[in-house]
Amino acid sequence: MYVAVKGGERAIAQSVDLVARARRGDPAVPELSVEQIRQQMRLAVARVMTEGSLYDEDLAALAIKQAAGDLVEAIFLLRAYRTTLKRLGDSVPLDTANMRLERRISSAFKDLPGGQVLGPTYDYTQRLLDFALMADAAVTEDPAAEASAGPIVAPRVTDLLAGEGLLETSARAEGDPDPSDLTREPLQLPADRATRLQNLARGDEGYLLALGYSTQRGYGTTHPFAAEIRFGAVALELFIDELGFAVKIGEVDLTECQLITDFEGSAEAAPQFTRGYGLAFGHSERKAMAMALVDRALRAGEFGEDTDLPANNEEFVLAHSDNVEASGFVQHLKLPHYVDFQTNLELLRRLRAQWDASNAGATGDEEPAA
Amino acid sequence: MTQAEAHDGYNFAYLDEHTKRMIRRALLKAVAIPGYQVPFGSREMPLPYGWGTGGIQVTAAVIGRADVLKVIDQGADDTTNAVNIRSFFRKVTGVATTERTREATLIQTRHRIPETPLSEGQIMVFQVPIPEPLRWLEPRETETRSMHALREYGVMHVKLYEDIVRHGRIATTYDYPVIVNGHYLMRPSPIPKFDNPKLHRSPALMLFGAGREKRVYAVPPDTDVRSLDFDDHPFAIERWDAPCALCGATDAYLDEIIIDDKGERMYVCSDTEYCNDRQQAGHHGTQGGAPRA
Amino acid sequence: MNTATELDLAHMLPGFADPVHDAQRGFRCVLDALSRPGRLFDMTVDVTPPPGLAPAQCAALLTLADCDTPVWLEPGLRDAAAGHYLRFHCGCPLAADFADAHFVVLAGLGALPQRSALKLGDPCYPDRSATVLVEVPELEHGGPIRLRGPGIADVQAISVGGWTARTTAFLHENRAAFPLGVDLLLSCGGRLMGLPRTTIVEV
Repeated sequence: MYVAVKGGERAIAQSVDLVARARRGDPAVPELSVEQIRQQMRLAVARVMTEGSLYDEDLAALAIKQAAGDLVEAIFLLRAYRTTLKRLGDSVPLDTANMRLERRISSAFKDLPGGQVLGPTYDYTQRLLDFALMADAAVTEDPAAEASAGPIVAPRVTDLLAGEGLLETSARAEGDPDPSDLTREPLQLPADRATRLQNLARGDEGYLLALGYSTQRGYGTTHPFAAEIRFGAVALELFIDELGFAVKIGEVDLTECQLITDFEGSAEAAPQFTRGYGLAFGHSERKAMAMALVDRALRAGEFGEDTDLPANNEEFVLAHSDNVEASGFVQHLKLPHYVDFQTNLELLRRLRAQWDASNAGATGDEEPAA
Repeated sequence: MTQAEAHDGYNFAYLDEHTKRMIRRALLKAVAIPGYQVPFGSREMPLPYGWGTGGIQVTAAVIGRADVLKVIDQGADDTTNAVNIRSFFRKVTGVATTERTREATLIQTRHRIPETPLSEGQIMVFQVPIPEPLRWLEPRETETRSMHALREYGVMHVKLYEDIVRHGRIATTYDYPVIVNGHYLMRPSPIPKFDNPKLHRSPALMLFGAGREKRVYAVPPDTDVRSLDFDDHPFAIERWDAPCALCGATDAYLDEIIIDDKGERMYVCSDTEYCNDRQQAGHHGTQGGAPRA
Repeated sequence: MNTATELDLAHMLPGFADPVHDAQRGFRCVLDALSRPGRLFDMTVDVTPPPGLAPAQCAALLTLADCDTPVWLEPGLRDAAAGHYLRFHCGCPLAADFADAHFVVLAGLGALPQRSALKLGDPCYPDRSATVLVEVPELEHGGPIRLRGPGIADVQAISVGGWTARTTAFLHENRAAFPLGVDLLLSCGGRLMGLPRTTIVEV
């Protein structure tokens, strides 16, 4: 006699237990601390904060630990926590011109006020595996020993260019509404630029990288220059109604990228440089640059450029950028689909029987449709 | 029924009150405009998108301490997704849960409507992966919005008609499109077309939630829900030649189960509670007898 | 919109005693009312409304209104206790113009404005439309007004105080313009009845 299987709850509990053990690995090896992850995997932390839309290095590090290093899973964990947080207020717009720079480069000018600040980057390393890092007790120098000469603050390259009138301005227009918030309101199309930028900032780095890359290979018409990429700390200020002015409540590390592209002008608009903008939490240059490429690609319509390529298609780009959404929906195929499968199976059997009948003689007996 | 304590550290039903209010307002408009997809500010939930986040948010906005919740997936109370969602709500609300369709005031489901007839006062919450019935025919939301506004549903009829030309029948078997109250074209979520007739003038309120796609929609009780068809190809539901092997039911949707290496198979009710109930009432199939424990 | 005036906190009446669960019950009552047009439902949540708001209206607004939903009150109520109450408990802006209001609160059917003055939604987004809360002096099952449509098994008969030919014309127009339209919540003290835009009215 057939007895159907039951006991989903117990099986699930066991699976949860197994994943906890798999995450921990060999108990003889010391457990990673959240602080170690925060300090020593800072680029993973930056990505999780950026795509998780929450600036909290400790929680991002915790999420990475809990997700066993799966960054998309860590982003998901952070987002699900973020949803439950209360909104206390909106900061005033961040002033990245007053960033305390740790790194700042421009590929448009050889030298400029503030200079090229190389800072911490893999850009100039030779990608040779450093086997010294395999040694457990690798000697580390005290990072404080080589303290820098003091904080560097320098004007943004785009502000220097704008002074000449050759770059489109980004001043806030009269009556420009406050940006909407995609974590509170659904995406509605066509989207304004602020909404697009929020979507891209939360978007999957790999996805934006591929789309941005496509614009450089003929699936796009822009040829940008990296006017500036800067990374450093920016003051976070909150306007306090009772005081009547803004108060600094802390700092966030940001990476900002401004790509500029020339525009030949039209009957209405003078020739000038146009911008693509990228911004990410922490040190995230690849993300900020890919975002800036895609931002500019999504503005193609504004400048009368072709809009039929993948990276120019606003609805396509914005609807598929979110890795938490994408990961969930791709992986939901693991859920049971017995019912729908059954109904397709039944249909296919009938179609097959019909086909066999009309091709009589060509095939043998088929099981009749149930 | 089982009762649990609510989970500390989170609001009742997980969502904050501002979010619940926003979803509640969207649901009220959904009820007032049957079959129309209301955009809402879907939140990130602690379960993955595609795994019922829309249904969970609708349930969280609706559920109260007096409710008795049933959760099913594929008609069964014991599939992993159903178990997980039920235990989530036990944890964050402490409300009573049940497997009995008749006892439940609120039923969250994926892919089925229970066989036991629903009654007035009950609320069904459907998990929806893709809410837009025209999506496979037109991927652009900007276009499908205006197609609904103009009730330009010809493309759907053409698609079904092409099925008939090619296969001699309509090849859509689940998520079969319906017209609600003579107006909006709606996806009933991926229920088998077997369940479509249960939507028509049901005494229960039907709510649909798509989390990833950020839409809710509804069918009020006693509302006309017509499955699309043609005069010469009327809508018909799946039929099985054999009854359920466990309870002998001939009026239920059956799952096919492969029972040995030779590919021998049997058919059993997909609605586990219905099947158990019938067995307990003394109905038997060829393989049946003891209720599943 | 009215935002600047000081709120009189000393004389403020309390909102929901149990905000989470009272709002949930309030919502289910409104959900029932719109799902079952023409039926009377008791708003089971206790509130002490300020002058100018009926109990069921007050509970519905505490349940549904917030900073995202401007509420239209009669001009005389905006700077009075009712306006202060809603701004304090719901945080909602008070709309000076019908066209901005998500919720419109009226003291009788005679106060219904021209339908075109209200937020009716647009063809792609008919949900962006107002809900109109009207207090009436009498609200009963059975009577000369017959309702059909979604949520009604056959016919639902009602009688409503203050109903005139203009009310019928308003609702006919509201039904004919579907999916654009407003949804009505009639109240009589602590009782509530829904008349969504789908309901067909015959008198």
